[in-house]
Amino acid sequence: MTFWERIYLPAILGGIAITLKHFFRRSATVRYPEVKREFSAIWRGQHVLKRDDKGAERCTACGLCAVACPAEAITMTAAERKKGEENLYREEKYAAVYEINMLRCIFCGLCEEACPKEAIFLTDRIVHTDYTRSEFVYGKDKLVEQVDARIDVTKRQTQNVLAFKQNKLLSHNK
Amino acid sequence: MSAFILYKVILALVVFTVTLVTAMYSTYAERKVAAFMQDRIGPNRAGPLGLLQPLADGVKFFMKEEIIPDVSNKFLFVIGPCIAMLTALMAGVVVPWGDTLIIDGTEYALQVTDINIGILYIFGVVSIGVYGIMIGGWASNNKFSLLGGIRASAQMISYEIAMGLAIIAFVMVTGTLSLREITELQTGGVGSDWNFWNVVYQPVGFMIFLICAFAECNRTPFDLPECETELVGGYHTEYSSMKLGFYLFAEYINMFISSAVISSLYFGGYNFPFMNDLGLDHNTVTILGMTALGLKIIFGIFFFMWIRWTVPRFRYDQLMNLGWKGLLPLAIINILVTGFFLLFFK
Repeated sequence: MTFWERIYLPAILGGIAITLKHFFRRSATVRYPEVKREFSAIWRGQHVLKRDDKGAERCTACGLCAVACPAEAITMTAAERKKGEENLYREEKYAAVYEINMLRCIFCGLCEEACPKEAIFLTDRIVHTDYTRSEFVYGKDKLVEQVDARIDVTKRQTQNVLAFKQNKLLSHNK
Repeated sequence: MSAFILYKVILALVVFTVTLVTAMYSTYAERKVAAFMQDRIGPNRAGPLGLLQPLADGVKFFMKEEIIPDVSNKFLFVIGPCIAMLTALMAGVVVPWGDTLIIDGTEYALQVTDINIGILYIFGVVSIGVYGIMIGGWASNNKFSLLGGIRASAQMISYEIAMGLAIIAFVMVTGTLSLREITELQTGGVGSDWNFWNVVYQPVGFMIFLICAFAECNRTPFDLPECETELVGGYHTEYSSMKLGFYLFAEYINMFISSAVISSLYFGGYNFPFMNDLGLDHNTVTILGMTALGLKIIFGIFFFMWIRWTVPRFRYDQLMNLGWKGLLPLAIINILVTGFFLLFFK
């Protein structure tokens, strides 16, 4: 070490100059319960299974989302629509059971991209914490949107996204 | 006579209260300064701007479970924090907190006692302070505490030598050990009566004194006695509840007192520039002087914190090298150079 390094003082002076600069800098803190940070417009949170305009479920249990899922978080059981259930399910086949394991899900959005029926979307809702692992397997009760409380997914369904979905060559899972 | 005693008792109580309140809010300031320097905002939940945080901390300390280890020496375990606190509070009595106040023709000095060996008294009291830490660390009967205690004693004894030698050069310049006389020598400054603060005459001595003050207060970069990364909590590992609070509190009181002493010795104490040119009456100047001293002390405490949140901790061998091979020879050279100047230029 040189003489100036050995007496420490120049380095300490440089150091206190830096900390003083930070002393007058605006803090990055967001005062959480009062102020909440904005989500990104393309934030991928908890899934929703959409209904169509008449309130019938769009999902036909084709299983493409389950195939696309890299974390293998999605399972489903298909069933055939009975007579008189046309107002409940849009097409002849529907998912009797549709489960997403939120502990396995990595929120990549490939299920949404794979869906040919515009049925599953990721939303800006956060998956809440819970006490047991079984609580994190979300069934249709939590996933399908309520008829009287629709969930807005227009942010995820922009023109670009629709064009992208049309051109399957661009897709990650061909 | 009884009026004299009453005035001294009131003054002592005021100094005591001010010391404790300053130490209390130093804990708050420490957290705020740390936060600002790390681009955070610090405590802001208890009261407006978090100003009630020290009270909340105090209540928490009193309510906590008090644990005295089975294997410890109980008497010494209890007496350790008491000594630390007592010695920290004792040093405040010789500091001149202001000039004199004249009420009804009687002159009241704003200093609890003006003993003619004020600096020596402070040195004596501060060196007893190491016993609080050492006894506490040893009585805990825990190897980390013991290591912390040993480090504290070695460090404080080593740095006291350099500090004492820096003060010898200082006393050669001022020619007195009384803190009031030292402060009065620095009266005025900028203005009609041209005068310098002692820091101008003793820059090297001031640097040595400042570094040693950091070591004596066990503040970063010399906080090896409590060194969380190596020794869990150092000498106060086994302490809980208000006994831990006493140790932490003693550190802040020491910071306050050493800021006051450094201000009095090197930065003119209660004197401030243009003090004799304002044309104000004696009492007003005294009160302004007390404010000036307060500001100097607050800056001193801020400087302690500023350094803490900038500089990392020294290694133990670096600490000893700096003390014995760096500061000690430098202090001796400082004495020689000071003597040379006094002999040939005065």
